Amino acid sequence: MTDDTLLSARGLNLRFGAIPALVDVDADLWPGEVLAIVGESGSGKTTLLNVLSGRMAPQSGVVWYRDPQGHLADVHAMAAPALRALHRSDWGFVHQNPRDNLRMGVTAGGNVGERLMAQGGRHYGRIRAEAIAWLEQVEIDAARVDDLPRTFSGGMLQRLQIARTLVTHPRLVFMDEPTGGLDVSVQARLLDLIRGLVARLGIAAVLVTHDLAVARLLAHRVMVMQRGVVVETGLTDQVLDDPQHPYTQLLVSSVLQA
Amino acid sequence: MSGYNFAYLDEQTKRMIRRALLKAVAIPGHQIPFGSREMPLPYGWGTGGIQVTAAVLGPDDTLKVIDQGADDTTNAVSIRRFFARTAGVATTTHTAEATIIQTRHRIPELALREDQILVYQVPQPEPLSKLESSRAETKRMHGLAEYGLMHVKLYEDITRFGHVSISYDYPVMVAGRYLMSPSPIPAFDNPKMDMMPALQLFGAGREQRIYAIPPYTRVVSLDFDDHPFRTTRAPHACGLCGASDSYLDEVVTDDRGGRLFVCSDTDHCETRRAAGHVGAEGVAA
Amino acid sequence: MAYVAVKGGERAIDNAHAWLAEDRRGDPAVAEIGTDQIREQLGRAVDRVMAEGSLYDPDLASLAVKQAQGDLIEAAFLVRAYRTTLPRFAASAPLDTVGMAVRRRISAVFKDMPGGQLLGPTYDYTHRLLDFALEVGFTPQAPAEMPAEGGEMPHVHSILGHEGLIEADASGGGEPGDITRTPLSFPAGRDIRLQALARGDEGFLLAMGYSTQRGWGGTHPFVGEIRVGEASVCITPPELGFEIDIGDITVTECQMVNQFQGSKTQPPQFTRGYGLCFGHGERKAMAMALVDRAMRAEELGETVSAPAQNVEFVLYHCDNIEATGFVEHLKLPHYVDFQSELETIRRMRADALREMEGTP
Repeated sequence: MTDDTLLSARGLNLRFGAIPALVDVDADLWPGEVLAIVGESGSGKTTLLNVLSGRMAPQSGVVWYRDPQGHLADVHAMAAPALRALHRSDWGFVHQNPRDNLRMGVTAGGNVGERLMAQGGRHYGRIRAEAIAWLEQVEIDAARVDDLPRTFSGGMLQRLQIARTLVTHPRLVFMDEPTGGLDVSVQARLLDLIRGLVARLGIAAVLVTHDLAVARLLAHRVMVMQRGVVVETGLTDQVLDDPQHPYTQLLVSSVLQA
Repeated sequence: MSGYNFAYLDEQTKRMIRRALLKAVAIPGHQIPFGSREMPLPYGWGTGGIQVTAAVLGPDDTLKVIDQGADDTTNAVSIRRFFARTAGVATTTHTAEATIIQTRHRIPELALREDQILVYQVPQPEPLSKLESSRAETKRMHGLAEYGLMHVKLYEDITRFGHVSISYDYPVMVAGRYLMSPSPIPAFDNPKMDMMPALQLFGAGREQRIYAIPPYTRVVSLDFDDHPFRTTRAPHACGLCGASDSYLDEVVTDDRGGRLFVCSDTDHCETRRAAGHVGAEGVAA
Repeated sequence: MAYVAVKGGERAIDNAHAWLAEDRRGDPAVAEIGTDQIREQLGRAVDRVMAEGSLYDPDLASLAVKQAQGDLIEAAFLVRAYRTTLPRFAASAPLDTVGMAVRRRISAVFKDMPGGQLLGPTYDYTHRLLDFALEVGFTPQAPAEMPAEGGEMPHVHSILGHEGLIEADASGGGEPGDITRTPLSFPAGRDIRLQALARGDEGFLLAMGYSTQRGWGGTHPFVGEIRVGEASVCITPPELGFEIDIGDITVTECQMVNQFQGSKTQPPQFTRGYGLCFGHGERKAMAMALVDRAMRAEELGETVSAPAQNVEFVLYHCDNIEATGFVEHLKLPHYVDFQSELETIRRMRADALREMEGTP
């Protein structure tokens, strides 16, 4: 761990009964970089995401986070209020299913503005204006600001979730299969959007995906997991073009070439 | 009513309720769970208010009970009789003479004093209940002061209607920390709670919660800077006493749209009429 | 017409009460019903009032039934309000339902077992045909008798327990909570849940239990055992230092045997649902056992998705006295709040009309 990593995990272990989900996992994330965790179902990648973001506790190991003031905090030793506050401000979490992180009965503007209001925003006009600005950033027509998400397509819902997450300018965003369940063309557009936003805003991200193409497009570095073990890690292009570990080679070779 | 303790409840129970009240006063606006007892009046009909009143009532007190601002509505009559039977205390319809006022859905028009206690009957103590049905979750939200959900609701109202549509049980922030339900008083009455000299106690029997606002506490109705809280009242004068600043009841006088507006606070209206004020409709008292 | 403020609430209430008393008495030419008649001949009504009133006293419950004109929720309310005033001088030992004087005992999981299947006084196999003989008066014949077998009547689940096939009694540990003294809070332990169910509304629990059978949080239930009979209530007065039997109460106990979905950390075992109520109330005890088991879903690692599995939902809505109080309170005047709504809606409509007229 160097002096400027944003997030560092050491020695994470977690078993569900007899099944190993995390086996001695280490991970580092630097500011502004995107780290992809790839693997098949059961590899432990989603568990790792949950442990890194404090949503699930490891049985052993530690996750350190460096706050904007430069202080290190043990994520799993934080008090619940502090962790929740972190998730509402400096951190973001994009769920695979946008419905898990949106209020379907609240307008798009209300969804995006909620975090601002939670942080003390009390000017309706300004909150609405900021919500509109963010809708535009995620390429949702500003005229939809007063529409309910029930009327949105899957791709739009995902973009709305992203707007809702980014409105407080988080430095670190966790993403769980953000393009899962979407049509290929919709996925492509969404990936482009994410790539642009992340680069423009200097956001660091931990991205879980089973799709190597997503990793290649978005991530600077990639970690490959198999049955709870990190089998390979490195720069994305290097790992995907020249895989060293047999499992990585298998993953890479089994991707259908378009 | 032989065989019953003063004001019906046994002393242990009153002590338990007073302990809850002390905690409530120590943390303004915060809901304190209490072991609400089965009372001879149904849940939802004021058992919480009755238990609070029974716990603070003494033989020298003078009790006023109002419902919808009136002393003579049936449930106010029923509750006043209950205390007359079980406590034998003096009762009154005059706000100025009362030391304890138990109320449902209104705050008296006459400003209250430091030596008075106002006891509110509360059906639903949880201000977030319509937005979040789980009490376990709302408890967390209060603990973490996470009230974004309520602000979202106000935002949505402004988006849909141009202004906040809540007209009664309008949520307030107490002492800058706890979101509180003022009970279903009209929004018109909310400003009276702010810096009130009297002690304000709230009892919810069925939901088993007690809360309080100590005297001279800041109570602010939620709003946005550019959509400030405003009160609503029927834009008329009382037909009986001429008051133009009191909350009015709309009385239907015939089936051709005939309407008469009269003060909801019957004591306020009678006092004004006794002092010589006459409205368009009324005869001098 | 000059407006006269409405007055006379007190007189109205007094008149209403007088009319109610007359209504309750019915035709004075008809003999007044005795509370002893209610106690003896409307026993199931009395039992339900004791169960939901949470107080075992058939005489008081019968009086409540008479006073409430047969409205059983109103009667249970009367009993509850009375219960509140009673001093508590002891807590009994847990009821020994194995040692009960059993009048009825059936099991659906075994054809026969020690103690046997005893039908007892049951409606189960009656044909639901109105019996007009009851209108004119009916003296029943003495039913057949046989000497009691003595011998053991162990709980059926202990038979399954010998092979470790079914989960053991929950150990709990420590004093059980008391929902009549402490406010409900979540997560609620099993002791709290069972207390709430024991005094919960039979109709509500029946519907909740039924929903689990139709797929809303199903638990594959079998009736392990239902037994009805008299159990001894025992206390240990501090002056004596030993246990004494202060009397019998009739209870109905239902043990459900439910299937376990399995988890990665425990080998499969049958799980259980439990129901117990005052008096003879099989429907209540069975529904209680179904809902008890459904509410254990989270504890047993099952997906919580159905209303009967939602502990907050069940516990907050199973008390019919709370429910009827709040539902019926809507009859109270709400005109002050309604006035606020009227002013608000009038203003919003005026704003909307002005806006509509403003646009070309």
